[in-house]
Amino acid sequence: MSYFSDIYNGIKTLLTGMSVTGKYFLTSRKGAITQQYPDNRDTLKMFERFRGEVVMPHDENNEHQCTGCQKCELACPNGSIEIIWDRGIDEATGKKKKFIDKHVYHLGLCTMCGLCIEACPTDAIVWAQNYENSTYDRTQLTKVLNRPGSKVKAGVED
Amino acid sequence: MNISLSITETIQDWLITMMPEGVASILAMTLVALIYLAIFAVAGLYLVLLERKVAAWFQLRIGPNRVGYWGLFQTMADALKLVSKELTGTVKADKFLYNLAPYFVIISSLMALAVFPFTQEFQAFDINIGIFFLIAISSIGVIGILLGGWSSNNKFALIGAMRSGVQTISYELSVGLSLLTMIVITGTLQLSEIVEVQKHGWLILQGHVPAIIAFMVYMIAGTAETNRAPFDMVEAESELGAGFHTEYSGMKFAYFFLAEFINMFIIAAIATTVFFGAWLSPFGITESLPWLGIFWFLGKTLLLVFLMMWFRWTFPRLRVDQLLTLEWKYLLPINLVNIVIMAIIVWLNLTIKF
Ligand code: SF4
Ligand code: SF4
Repeated sequence: MSYFSDIYNGIKTLLTGMSVTGKYFLTSRKGAITQQYPDNRDTLKMFERFRGEVVMPHDENNEHQCTGCQKCELACPNGSIEIIWDRGIDEATGKKKKFIDKHVYHLGLCTMCGLCIEACPTDAIVWAQNYENSTYDRTQLTKVLNRPGSKVKAGVED
Repeated sequence: MNISLSITETIQDWLITMMPEGVASILAMTLVALIYLAIFAVAGLYLVLLERKVAAWFQLRIGPNRVGYWGLFQTMADALKLVSKELTGTVKADKFLYNLAPYFVIISSLMALAVFPFTQEFQAFDINIGIFFLIAISSIGVIGILLGGWSSNNKFALIGAMRSGVQTISYELSVGLSLLTMIVITGTLQLSEIVEVQKHGWLILQGHVPAIIAFMVYMIAGTAETNRAPFDMVEAESELGAGFHTEYSGMKFAYFFLAEFINMFIIAAIATTVFFGAWLSPFGITESLPWLGIFWFLGKTLLLVFLMMWFRWTFPRLRVDQLLTLEWKYLLPINLVNIVIMAIIVWLNLTIKF
């Protein structure tokens, strides 16, 4: 008897599948997910999770949250990040301390794996959603993430 | 023999006024062949476009929309590109068979087109064994596929071709038997007479339950005959490269490609003729305008073509053993029982006629 129930179930599941795709077919006009890219360049906004490149946000006082701890440099599997740090005197306490000079990021080497962002203890670096990253010169892909003259935000290191 | 050539006759009459009869009839046949060739080459291209659009809509995409308004010239551009491409081949291929294979496939599918009654007048070749002819011709195409796979000296191609052999030989049985079920009602193989019978209601209504079963079996087996997904193990892009046409390029590839779409049209057109009354309008609403028949015919056919596309973009590909199980354990026994039921229904006069 399972022969006939097999046929029945087979037809039923096939029809279920067809009704699902049929629904998509009927509603496709409203919700096509295709982005007609070069045409909608001005309005196209990438979604939150999109990994364009690693950036370091700065606030209005030109302060970032990077302490120069080098954790991102260690986390990166292919050496896309180089931290150039320096020693100086902390003005508040008068002690010697390590601070960031340049956070060098090689976009050309980056595989967008996101491990550096995971590793950063102070959330100093995040993903940007830009997508037009091609250049005519390789050197333009090497970026310094902290802006010139910027310094670490007070209280981040505590 | 009882063969009438409806449109050729009209053209022939006109030609006979100008030249001797023998020359005129040959010329008329050539003319009709050229007309059909031109119409269906273009129609095939538009079927490809339709497939791509429908696929896009099923997947919430937009589909081709750059070449011409709404992408209408996309497949024309593709064909032009394919014509201009280099014809490559493998070194140790069997050159003769390798070059012959695409023509086998395309010619056999174009030959089948001749017998369809698009309207009362528009039928090139009203042979008295119409359905039989169609079944026979539609199985010749597989020889082309086997030749192509064998001669191109490529393992993928050979596996694809062998699968095609298995598949077509199995499913041909179901196609033939499901059509035979309907022949039990009509009592004739000639397509124009099958249409004549359907003036009292389309066969799918006349034969009710067994006719619907026969239609379902026919659609499944027909999809398998055209080697389309979910029965596309012949090509199986994810397993075999491109299957039997892996080694073909340019126009020869295009022949295979076009043949697949024309075959799809043929399968749908047979279903239209045998189950849905060919060019007859529903309830005879446009009976006074016989030339409208062509729209009804094409409308019904395209609807069935759409159904096959719907299958393709819904179901996953079957495995070879599942494919054979489906045919030999399910479709074939169902079909045989169905013929008996149909015979009993016709015998007891239980068909529905208007
Ligand atoms: S995303 Fe990955 S590859 Fe890129 S810089 Fe961060 S850790 Fe390195
Ligand atoms: S970006 Fe984060 S992990 Fe990298 S050096 Fe700065 S604080 Fe450390």
